[in-house]
Amino acid sequence: MIHLKNIEKVYRTDTVETLALHNISLDIAKGEFLSIMGPSGCGKSTLLNIMGLLDEPSAGVVNIENETITGFSDKKLSRFRNRKIGFIFQSYHLINDLPVLDNVELPLLYRDVSGAERRRLATEALEKVGLSNRMKHYPSQLSGGQKQRVAIARAIVGRPDLILADEPTGNLDSAMGNEIMEILEQLNRNDRTTIVMVTHDEGMARRTHRLVRLFDGSLVSSNSFYND
Amino acid sequence: MFKNYLKITLAVMRRRKFFTFISLFGISITLTILIVLTAFYEHMFAGKYPEVYRDRSLFSTMIEETDTSTGGMRRGPMSIYFIKKYISTLKTPEKVGFSSSPNTVNTYGNGKKLKLYYKYTDANFWEILSFEFLEGKPITQQHFDNNEAVAVINDETRDDYFGKGVSATGKTIEINGQNLRVIGVVRGSPITRMMVSADVYMPYHLQKVDPLTTSFNGAYQPIILAKNERDLPLVQAEFNEVVPRIPLQQDGDFKPHVLNAKLELYFESFMMSGPFGGSGNGEAQRRFYIFATLFALFFMSLPAINLVNINVSRILERSSEIGIRKAFGASSKTLVYQFVLENILLTLMGGALALIIAAVFLWWFNASHFIDYADLAINWTVVIVTIALSLVFGLMSGVFPAWRMSKLPIVEALRA
Ligand SMILES: Nc1ncnc2c1ncn2[C@@H]1O[C@H](COP(=O)(O)OP(=O)(O)OP(=O)(O)O)[C@@H](O)[C@H]1O
Ligand SMILES: [Mg+2]
Repeated sequence: MIHLKNIEKVYRTDTVETLALHNISLDIAKGEFLSIMGPSGCGKSTLLNIMGLLDEPSAGVVNIENETITGFSDKKLSRFRNRKIGFIFQSYHLINDLPVLDNVELPLLYRDVSGAERRRLATEALEKVGLSNRMKHYPSQLSGGQKQRVAIARAIVGRPDLILADEPTGNLDSAMGNEIMEILEQLNRNDRTTIVMVTHDEGMARRTHRLVRLFDGSLVSSNSFYND
Repeated sequence: MFKNYLKITLAVMRRRKFFTFISLFGISITLTILIVLTAFYEHMFAGKYPEVYRDRSLFSTMIEETDTSTGGMRRGPMSIYFIKKYISTLKTPEKVGFSSSPNTVNTYGNGKKLKLYYKYTDANFWEILSFEFLEGKPITQQHFDNNEAVAVINDETRDDYFGKGVSATGKTIEINGQNLRVIGVVRGSPITRMMVSADVYMPYHLQKVDPLTTSFNGAYQPIILAKNERDLPLVQAEFNEVVPRIPLQQDGDFKPHVLNAKLELYFESFMMSGPFGGSGNGEAQRRFYIFATLFALFFMSLPAINLVNINVSRILERSSEIGIRKAFGASSKTLVYQFVLENILLTLMGGALALIIAAVFLWWFNASHFIDYADLAINWTVVIVTIALSLVFGLMSGVFPAWRMSKLPIVEALRA
């Protein structure tokens, strides 16, 4: 599904140069549920953003579904993101001016899908995360857990092959976090959606297939939990 | 897609009420003022009832005689004698008519005192103008031949003098101590059309002095109707050849050497002199149009700058939305399209608001009888041009920031 080869990421400001990622090579199989852990600032989000084509590496090769992503035009990149990838962000990133249903419809807006079909798919996705009774609410009227479930509905509404989740439970209490985790597990199990999740929670990480650890921009270890 | 954009536009407008108000207000007030000003301009200068042929008519409000030895000068409207002898005899016009400058008279009718504007006219006057007769007929040559004491009045005068809706034809109205038989009632026209508007019209032979004088000076204004607009310069040229050959009249110590008289388009005869008074060939009106256009552009530039400002800040503050949309598949082009559409919607709303305000204002003005028979109307060309211009401003102010924002790396847009 995803092949990363010798990925480097350098952030340059006027005075300093930060090496955010150093020589990362990683293969993620189709249908795999992978977790990434590491201390704050070690480059987890940076890595996830590169996988999701939100950011470009300074060097190295990104290959998703046998396509090497280099020199893609803006149009091609946006198509790719739209069809293949669903994001879940730590801070939800919902559009506050739009009600829940419209937020969930967003990925479909950039596809050739009729309004009625958009509505139907978005309603279905909201039912999956148990929020069908909040469709007309605005993000500001929701709790953190509800917002994150809206974000999940938005990520899955277009049935992407790959879901990238950056600390999806980071802002939630353990009960809520558990619920979110269950939704992700179901997606992975039932739809064979590939999931990459950044987490600070060892327990959550243990529920995935494999855990990789980052330290100071480098991959330091990789554990598989296929024994469960 | 469009519905979705409309929704977000309205949401953003609602959320940022103050800015929405400022930009809508800026657009609407400017457009309203432009629409109202052009309505007034057209009311004054366009060919409207009953002067529908104003565009192919020429006028002359003044003649000027100068005694170059003493520097003495005499200036004023012309006499019937002058018009008949030197203007009615021109070959190129289709028709020449004339009427006296409007005067007022007090009369008593229906138990109340009325102040009426009256005019003396010739018979051609009624053929050149497109008066709508509510009853009766216009003044004709026959009335002059038979020396009849007749009058044409407008509907308001009929209502005031004889009673509302009462037929007036055949009845008698008293003006300046003369009893006149009413032969017709016309729909009135606003007094701003000074060459033609009055409450009471009478054949000029009822006037005491002017018809007998052989002096050049009097109280009359000719209307010269050309066969078509292209003929206007021909008529002017013909008259310009006549003028130098007119023998000037000595009047006591005043011995004029130079006669200055010309036939002008309505606008120029109205302005007479000053920055927009002119040579009579349309130059002055062109100058006025250029000035008015520059003024309008300058006037519109203020809300345009305001609009640009608001657009830029409105788009910049939405970097997070832009990041989110891009993360889920919006291309830069789609985003630019979205923001431009938002601007167009905002501008169109401003334009629609302006139209409503202007329409209500003009309706109110027409109904207020501030000017009787006012017929101010919206000029759709001006509406379309101004809205198109606002759209151009809206586009210019929307495209650049939208394009810049759409190029922002997603990660940065999301962080903001
Ligand atoms: N735009 C940027 N400019 C400069 N440095 C950056 C930028 N973005 C990230 N960094 C640096 O890159 C490193 C990795 O950042 P990243 O956000 O990937 O960390 P993280 O592992 O996700 O941390 P956290 O767990 O706190 O979310 C950090 O040292 C950070 O300061
Ligand atoms: Mg992070």
